[in-house]
Amino acid sequence: MADTSHNGHKAPDSFEVRILRQGGPGQNSYWERHRVKHEQDMNVISVLQRIAANAQTVDGKSVAPVAWDCNCLEEVCGACTMVVNGRTRQACTALVDRLLEDNSKEIELQPMTKFPVLRDLMVDRSRMFRSLQKVKAWVPVDGYYDMGPGPKQSREQQEVAYPLSECMSCGCCLEACPQYTKVELTQRDDESDADFQKRKNAAYDSSFIGAAAISQAVLFNSHPTGKNTAGERLDALMDEGGIQVCGNAQNCVAVCPKEIPLTTSIAKAGRATTIHAIKKWFDR
Amino acid sequence: MAKKRVMIVGGGLAGLAAAMKLAELGIDVDMMSLTPVKRSHSVCAQGGINACNDQTRQLGDSEWKHLDDTVYGGDFLQHQPPVKEMTDWAPKIIDLMDRLGVTFNRTTEGFIDRRRFGGTLYKRTAFAGATTGQQLLYSLDEQVRRWESEGKVKKYEFWDFLGPVLDENGNCRGCIGQDLVSMEIRAFPADAVVLGTGGCGLIYGRSTMSMVCTGSAASRAFQAGAKYGNGECIQVHPTAIPGADKLRLMSESARGEGGRVWVPRAPQDTRDPKSIPEAERYYFLEERYPEYGNLVPRDIATREIFDICVNEGLSVEQGRQCVYLDLTHIDAQELTRKLGGILAIYEKFQGVDPRFTPMKIFPAVHYSMGGLWADYERTAEGGLQLASPVNQSTNIPNLYAIGECDYQYHGANRLGANSLLSCIFSGLIVAPGIETLFESQKGAAADLDASLFSREVKRHQAEHDALLKRPAGHENPYLIHQELGEVMTKSATVVRRNDQLDAAYATVMELHERAKNCSLSDTGNWTNQNVVFTKALLDMFPLAKAIVKGALQRDECRGAHYKPAFQMPSLKCEDHAGRRREAEQWCDRFDENNKKWLKSTIATWNGNEPDITYEDVDTSLITPRPRLYGLVGAEVIEEVWNERQAKRQAASGDQGNGAKTPVVAGAAS
Ligand SMILES: Cc1cc2nc3c(=O)[nH]c(=O)nc-3n(C[C@H](O)[C@H](O)[C@H](O)COP(=O)(O)OP(=O)(O)OC[C@H]3O[C@@H](n4cnc5c(N)ncnc54)[C@H](O)[C@@H]3O)c2cc1C
Ligand code: SF4
Ligand code: SF4
Ligand code: FES
Repeated sequence: MADTSHNGHKAPDSFEVRILRQGGPGQNSYWERHRVKHEQDMNVISVLQRIAANAQTVDGKSVAPVAWDCNCLEEVCGACTMVVNGRTRQACTALVDRLLEDNSKEIELQPMTKFPVLRDLMVDRSRMFRSLQKVKAWVPVDGYYDMGPGPKQSREQQEVAYPLSECMSCGCCLEACPQYTKVELTQRDDESDADFQKRKNAAYDSSFIGAAAISQAVLFNSHPTGKNTAGERLDALMDEGGIQVCGNAQNCVAVCPKEIPLTTSIAKAGRATTIHAIKKWFDR
Repeated sequence: MAKKRVMIVGGGLAGLAAAMKLAELGIDVDMMSLTPVKRSHSVCAQGGINACNDQTRQLGDSEWKHLDDTVYGGDFLQHQPPVKEMTDWAPKIIDLMDRLGVTFNRTTEGFIDRRRFGGTLYKRTAFAGATTGQQLLYSLDEQVRRWESEGKVKKYEFWDFLGPVLDENGNCRGCIGQDLVSMEIRAFPADAVVLGTGGCGLIYGRSTMSMVCTGSAASRAFQAGAKYGNGECIQVHPTAIPGADKLRLMSESARGEGGRVWVPRAPQDTRDPKSIPEAERYYFLEERYPEYGNLVPRDIATREIFDICVNEGLSVEQGRQCVYLDLTHIDAQELTRKLGGILAIYEKFQGVDPRFTPMKIFPAVHYSMGGLWADYERTAEGGLQLASPVNQSTNIPNLYAIGECDYQYHGANRLGANSLLSCIFSGLIVAPGIETLFESQKGAAADLDASLFSREVKRHQAEHDALLKRPAGHENPYLIHQELGEVMTKSATVVRRNDQLDAAYATVMELHERAKNCSLSDTGNWTNQNVVFTKALLDMFPLAKAIVKGALQRDECRGAHYKPAFQMPSLKCEDHAGRRREAEQWCDRFDENNKKWLKSTIATWNGNEPDITYEDVDTSLITPRPRLYGLVGAEVIEEVWNERQAKRQAASGDQGNGAKTPVVAGAAS
């Protein structure tokens, strides 16, 4: 007998999943269909788990299991971002019954398009962590010895900072951003790992930094101690690939699973960099 | 000579705290992690982190009381000096995390706000919204990124730790790792290796833990000769949301705000729960514990829910165990105001609004108190000798264990909000110890003869290649994992019986043999998650065996380890004199039991099975005392117990709070 989904709709016994696969960087991608038995409380992660346990296409061909990324399964680690039914989101909160309500025939899974595919749904988002280095997203404390409490902060300050500090580097905002374009390099035969890393960093540093890192710069520039190095963060935001690249399309804020007020951050950063530029011009 | 380096495996709170502190001390660090460190399991912690603070202090709290709550909560199974040092440091750790920018909730005046957690009378718990673990982890991640940008820390993310490299004297000289993308296996010479690899919940199939919490790294150290302590001590949280992929935590506050737990009296009643009349509902917690009702302590709630489903067959659903946690009798607006955040989690994952439909919940494996055995150097005052290279070291020289993967801080049961503390603390103190270690070491691992490392790489490469070459059509690793999870969950969680444990041990042995015969569905050498999972599965078995065997042998109830056949009895006599007599006997039995069982379970791997021995516990600071919750006659037992304590103290000439005098014979080391 068929399961009944929570809101009373009849759920199907099974459903199809269409996955865009790719064996590795530089290889061609191709669509593959799988049929998965419907179970209660399924999300896209459990669908991929079932496919891993029994990797057969709809035509009964045995294939290698699909590769994907996840960890927390609670939408706090940011690992499982993919494009589900055309929308960039976390796979762990993509509930099968909800997806089937929109399209009862199939669920479509694709890797993010703005990051190099490592394999199938796994992408390389190291550029995001590089951006965090670029904007110096940390509080520049003297050290880790006991120096008593930090500066007192008001409840209002905390309430502004907390939402920004929830950014889990999932990359949804970057996937949705028209200004954020893919940077994909291949290691040369004669190139060492270290040299390749250097070349990648240089390419990342000159490409658009993206909404998430801009918002982190705003977070640390508002921290009572973080403020002390605000100028360095603003310099980074004015550098090549900085905030001036943002076309204010506001796609980012619409897709952030943590509902981080990204456009507010971008506006704040925009004002701060303008003032910073004028100051620098006068200080010349 | 090459410069000495440390390899830290795991970038959760513990690993990151260690990396940051080592970098500050000028020591170069490599970090290896299955996930980018920012995505480590620590981000899941919601509740908070404990420390005595200025406010609680004025209400009578102290670091000593935090120590007392922790060891009492752990049923005295942990060595007390490391716990004392940790609780002494707790307020300073909060200060440090505050300076690092953690967005702790604030009071109106701008101080860090606190809430009360289980197992204490004081509001010790600092929190950052409902994502304390995430916020703490991020601030450490940021500091480590800062050191990374200065070249002091090098990260190897998406790497799997395959095992330590030991020289001919059994000293650890580095480790072997495998790149999860390119599948390259290589050696990392290191003068100290620190494991901060978290818990092992996946041994139970599904748990509240993240997907990388397989315990594989700890198991690989165990199989290389590291001792594993108190494996059987596994914490089960009473209320989790069953999911097809994971069991997600549902906070205790749902019951705190009036949530009622019930099942239909008719097994698997298929009616809409809201249409089931009151008389046909079994509010079993309220009926069995009229005084406490739905707010019985965690372990009791867990046991009762388990009992109703497993033994009484009253689970709400056929084929899946769960009970109702019902809030629908409370005004929806009030619920939104008080519980909005946590109810949103339920709705997000279940697609059902718990304000109008009863939630379905069931206990879930949540935390591993046991872990790699770790040492410490005690001071005369009963704390730790800071900067001693002994602190947090395993029995393998130069190999350290910190965070949830060590066994040190939580005894037989962990108090809420104490784990984030122990993770950061153990990470911070391991660093100066390693600095001292380096002063005494001759030569650097990087200068050793390369054959030591290439031999180990070859061995692991051969194992890897053999796995890939397995003929198809044999066992399926995912199905074996499911079977392992089922047998572990059934036998070694809430209620433990020797016949079941005995049978479970045999099943685990058999599953291990079958698992050795797995064939892979992916035989490629690029981002092969299938082979990585199969390796992790194989390494679950040594720990699973240590857990089950430890549980089988420990014939008593202690903390989370509950064996009804060995429970201390309630008093039966009705008259006071009779009760006094029984209470005397009860206390004698309590002392006898402690003599026998107040000992750490120590497992060592013999190649096929764990051998179990027992070690005395240092209880020299706070005398073990009985936990009397829910016992008939508790007052009389307490009376007798206190009289005995007073006598013992008088006899040993101790004036004060009972500190420093081991009063239970055989308990001190
Ligand atoms: C849902 C939930 C809520 C919780 N809430 C609280 C709370 O409110 N308060 C509290 O005090 N505690 C809480 N806890 C417990 C606490 O979160 C954990 O005990 C703690 O975060 C563990 O931190 P860790 O640094 O030891 O390990 P983790 O954060 O688990 O990190 C382990 C690291 O090791 C790496 N690793 C593992 N295996 C390997 C391998 N083979 N090779 C390479 N790397 C490896 C991982 O990639 C990861 O980086 C909660 C736990 C859960 C499950
Ligand atoms: S507002 Fe800027 S960052 Fe956001 S999507 Fe648009 S261009 Fe991208
Ligand atoms: S800002 Fe939002 S969408 Fe962007 S990375 Fe952070 S959490 Fe993800
Ligand atoms: S698995 Fe962590 S966000 Fe989805």
